[in-house]
Amino acid sequence: MGARDLIQTFSLGELRQGLAVTLRYMFARKITIQYPEEKTPASPRFRGLHALRRYPNGEERCIACKLCEAVCPALAITIESAEREDGSRRTTRYDIDLTKCIFCGFCEEACPVDAIVETHVFEYHGETRGDLYYTKQMLLANGDRYEAEIAKAREQDAKFR
Amino acid sequence: MEASVLHFFEWLWGPYWETLWAWFKPVWPLIWVIMKIVAILVPLLLGVAYLTFWERKIIGWMQVRIGPNRVGWWGLMQPIVDGVKLFLKEVILPARADPWLFFLAPALAMAPAVAVWSVIPFFDGGALANLDAGVLFLLAVTSLGVYGVIIAGWASNSKYPLLGAMRSAAQMVSYEISMGLALVCVLMVSNSLNLSDIVRSQGQGSFADAGVGFLSWNWLPLLPMFFVYLVSGVAETNRAPFDVVEGESEIVAGHMVEYSGMAFAMFFLAEYANMILVSALVSIFFLGGWLSPFGVFPDGILWLLGKMSLILFVFLWLRATFPRYRYDQIMRLGWKVFVPICLLWIPVVGIWMMSPFNIWK
Repeated sequence: MGARDLIQTFSLGELRQGLAVTLRYMFARKITIQYPEEKTPASPRFRGLHALRRYPNGEERCIACKLCEAVCPALAITIESAEREDGSRRTTRYDIDLTKCIFCGFCEEACPVDAIVETHVFEYHGETRGDLYYTKQMLLANGDRYEAEIAKAREQDAKFR
Repeated sequence: MEASVLHFFEWLWGPYWETLWAWFKPVWPLIWVIMKIVAILVPLLLGVAYLTFWERKIIGWMQVRIGPNRVGWWGLMQPIVDGVKLFLKEVILPARADPWLFFLAPALAMAPAVAVWSVIPFFDGGALANLDAGVLFLLAVTSLGVYGVIIAGWASNSKYPLLGAMRSAAQMVSYEISMGLALVCVLMVSNSLNLSDIVRSQGQGSFADAGVGFLSWNWLPLLPMFFVYLVSGVAETNRAPFDVVEGESEIVAGHMVEYSGMAFAMFFLAEYANMILVSALVSIFFLGGWLSPFGVFPDGILWLLGKMSLILFVFLWLRATFPRYRYDQIMRLGWKVFVPICLLWIPVVGIWMMSPFNIWK
C-alpha cells in the first residue's frame, strides 16, 4: 500500500466519488412516466390485444386457411371451418386463448388476407377463469371497435414491409 | 415559559381560575412535565412519519425516479396512510413463539429510542431533564435498545430472526465501543458530561469570537472522531450500508420476520426515532447544537433542526449510495479501524490539551 493509496483510503476517496454520483442524479431530470395519465409512445408494430378485421363492405376477411393456427407456437388458436351457403369457406369457430398467447405476432404475419391482427390495446383484463378466452364474436367486435387505429397502424408500417 | 403557560390558562378560565388552581396546584409539576413530554413526543413521531416519506422521496430522486406522489398533495399523505394500513393489519403470534417476550420486544425497542430525548437540549435551557450525567444516561439507555432486537429474535422461535438478533447484538456492541471512545474526546475538550454544557463549550474560542462560530465547533478539531461517530451512529441504528441485521436478501428482515401490523410498526418507529436521535446527538456533540454558525445570526432551535436535517439527509444519501457490508467487513471496520483510530486520537487530543497550543481553555 503506497502513500497514494493510504491518502485515498483515509480521505474516503472512493466513497466520495460514489456519493457524488448519487447526488448528481438526485438533481437529474426524472424520466418516470405517470402511467394512467401519460403513456409511452407505441410503435405501429405494437403487438397487443387481437382483433379480426372486416372488409369495408362488412364481409369478414378470414378465409379459414388456418395458417395462423399452424404457425402459432403457443397453440393458442383453435379454428373450425365450414362451407357457407354462398360456397365460400368461412370459420365457424375462431378462438384465441390469451392466457396461452405469447404475443409473438406470427399469426398476423402468416395471415394472407390481413384478417387476424394485433392492436395497440394492452389495457384489458379478465376477472374469472374464462374471461381471457376470446371467441370469434369477441375478436370481430374488437376489430370493429379499433378498425380506425388498426388501419392507421398498417398504413404507417406498409412502406417498411 | 412555565409562567406564561400559567398566564394563558388564567386568561382561558377567567373567573374560575382561582378555584381550579386550588385543585390543580399540588399536581401542577406533574402536569407541566407531561405537557413538555407531549411537546417533544408529538413532533418526534410526526418527524418519524415524514422521515420515512423523505427517505422514499430522496432515494427515489437519486435513482432518477419521482418517489411516492399519489396520496394527497405531492404524496404528503403517504406516511399517514401507511400508518393506518399498519394499524389495521392483524398482529400474528407465531404458534411456538413466547407470547410475553414476543410482545415485550417491540416495546423494549421503542422505549429507549424515546426515553433518550429527555436529555436532549433543544435550545439553551431547553432540555426536559438537564442531567449533569447526561452523556452517561444517554449511553446507558441507547444500549438498552439492543435488548428489543435480541428478545424479538429469541421470542420469535424461528431461524432468521435468531440470526438477525445475533448479528445485531454483535454489531451494536462493537460499534458502541467506537462511539463511546469518540465521545471520550468530546468529553475531554468540553470538560463536562452535561449535554447543554457540551454545546455551550463549542461556542467559545477565537473563531467564535471572530463571528465564524462553526469553525470552533468540535467537528473541525476532532474531525476523525466526527466521522467515526457519524459512521458508528449509522451502524448503531442498523441502517444501510450496515443493515446486515435486516439484510432482505439474506435473512429477509432479521428479527422482524415474524412481526406484523403494529408490532412491526413499533420496530419501524424505533429505527427511525433512533435515526433522528443519532442525528441530534451528532449535531450536539460535533456541530454545536443550537448554536448559530455565524455570529450575526441568533442561536436557536431552528439551527439544531437544520443540522439534524442535514445529518438525516446524509443517512439517506448513504443508503442510496452504498451496497451492504458483509458481516465480517463490518466487524473488521469496527474493531480494526475505528477502535484503533479512537485509541490513537484520545492521546493526541490529550497531548494537544496539555501543550501550549490548547484551544479549549
